Amino acid sequence: MIALTALTELTLSRHNPLVDPHLHIWEWQIPVYLFFGGLVAGLMIIAGVRLIALRPQQREALVCCTIGPLMGLAFLSLGMFTLFLDLSHRLYVWRLYTTFQITSPMSWGSWILLLVYPALSANALAHLPEAVPSLARRFPILVTVSDAILARVQWVVGIGVANVMVGIALGIYTGILLGTLGARPLWNSAILGPLFLFSGLSTATALLHGILVVTTPDEERPAFADFLLSALAQLTQARPLDKNIAPVLARADNSFLTIELTLIGLFLLGQMTSTGIHQQAASLLLTGPFAAVFWVFVIGLGILLPLVLQSLELNNRIRHTIAPVILVLFGGIALRFILVYAGQQSHWFQPLN
Amino acid sequence: MSRFAMVIDTRRCVGCHDCVVACKTENGVPEGYCRDWITEEVHGAFPTVQLEIRSERCNHCDNPPCVSCCPTGASHVHERGGVVLVTHDKCIGCKACLAACPYDARFIHPDGYADKCTFCIHRVEKGLDPACVSVCPTHCMHFGDIDDPQSEVSLLLHSRPHHVLIPDAGTKPCIFYLT
Repeated sequence: MIALTALTELTLSRHNPLVDPHLHIWEWQIPVYLFFGGLVAGLMIIAGVRLIALRPQQREALVCCTIGPLMGLAFLSLGMFTLFLDLSHRLYVWRLYTTFQITSPMSWGSWILLLVYPALSANALAHLPEAVPSLARRFPILVTVSDAILARVQWVVGIGVANVMVGIALGIYTGILLGTLGARPLWNSAILGPLFLFSGLSTATALLHGILVVTTPDEERPAFADFLLSALAQLTQARPLDKNIAPVLARADNSFLTIELTLIGLFLLGQMTSTGIHQQAASLLLTGPFAAVFWVFVIGLGILLPLVLQSLELNNRIRHTIAPVILVLFGGIALRFILVYAGQQSHWFQPLN
Repeated sequence: MSRFAMVIDTRRCVGCHDCVVACKTENGVPEGYCRDWITEEVHGAFPTVQLEIRSERCNHCDNPPCVSCCPTGASHVHERGGVVLVTHDKCIGCKACLAACPYDARFIHPDGYADKCTFCIHRVEKGLDPACVSVCPTHCMHFGDIDDPQSEVSLLLHSRPHHVLIPDAGTKPCIFYLT
């Protein structure tokens, strides 16, 4: 006897570009923008904390609260440019700043992005003459501005707190932007907010760790460090690496990666214990067409491997390299690519297989 | 106050696509795009299968997620009849509204802005029916004010079983399908 299963089959005559057969409105521009947004959020938070708790003699502190924000300004501009590239009605982009739509996360985000520039700039200016003496010699006004900020404790604290607050808002916003789109079941989770925030913190910590390593004088520089950003060695007038600094950043990064892994677990748990539509959406990542890249690139190479490598480095079991730094940055961008692409395939009408 | 709605009799619809052609003609919808379309849904297990043919479009929801996510206010609810519209020169083409719509009723017009069914508001304001309703050869489509208990659409909804699309999405659609 053949058991017959009730099926539902939908046939649509609709054939709209970017919408059918499944939504594919957002391509590389949006994941890249979300990655840069998270990275800048992490740089802001770290910069704010280090500005308040700065011990000026530490090169790590100067990198965190000066070089980090300067790079953050560049990354934010790059991110906003990729967002601009994604728009299909670009000449009207100025409309974002003629209104504030309280129910629209994108409207919140566009205004938050404007707050990032002054906050990061103020953070960078506070110790710029110490971090980049050559620049200060060329532009003496930088010393004046730095002295004016540092002379007032409340200014320093205010700038630090502003960076932390705006950074948290920016990091959460990058996740909430997707999380509020209830029509795409995979994205419809508030956990995406903190997940993208902590992912941003881990990538920012990794980036600062990488900068610190590649700007260390040759005799102290670990393996694989001889690339990228090495020009910063001249810019920052590299000083000897504090032996205690790399472990601090590696420990911080491990903490952020552990929290990120936990949040991914909670996110998937929430999806798998929700409605059939959400379970189907989660299966895109767990067992479906995105499973291989999700498990290998996001979980394996992006989180677990750097976590293990950094733990072994901290216990002096293996040589210190910047391989975990590269893996964390790669994992951060892979997470956003996979969530953006898989989320667009999750749908209320997804046929049951 | 008025609240425009459409009632479509799935027992009369034969999926002839006249509504689709009328919409494209009336609204100058670009080639390769459509504001309304025909869906055929077959469900059940042989031999007890059922076929429902529906003319679908933007549901002009009472709780429209496309409006609440719009960062510029381009997507808005029209003061007359609660029709959901897009102001073209306010739209930046961010596509958030496309992602927010569970019915995938929107698309990006070749000129860059988000586009969708307008319930032919330009005709309705002149006292006419939307183009799709006016051409339907089986008279399966009805348009009117559901806030008026004596309107044709209200009477149909009171007298016939009906359903909306994806009620679980919580958008409170204003297109009803008689079964």
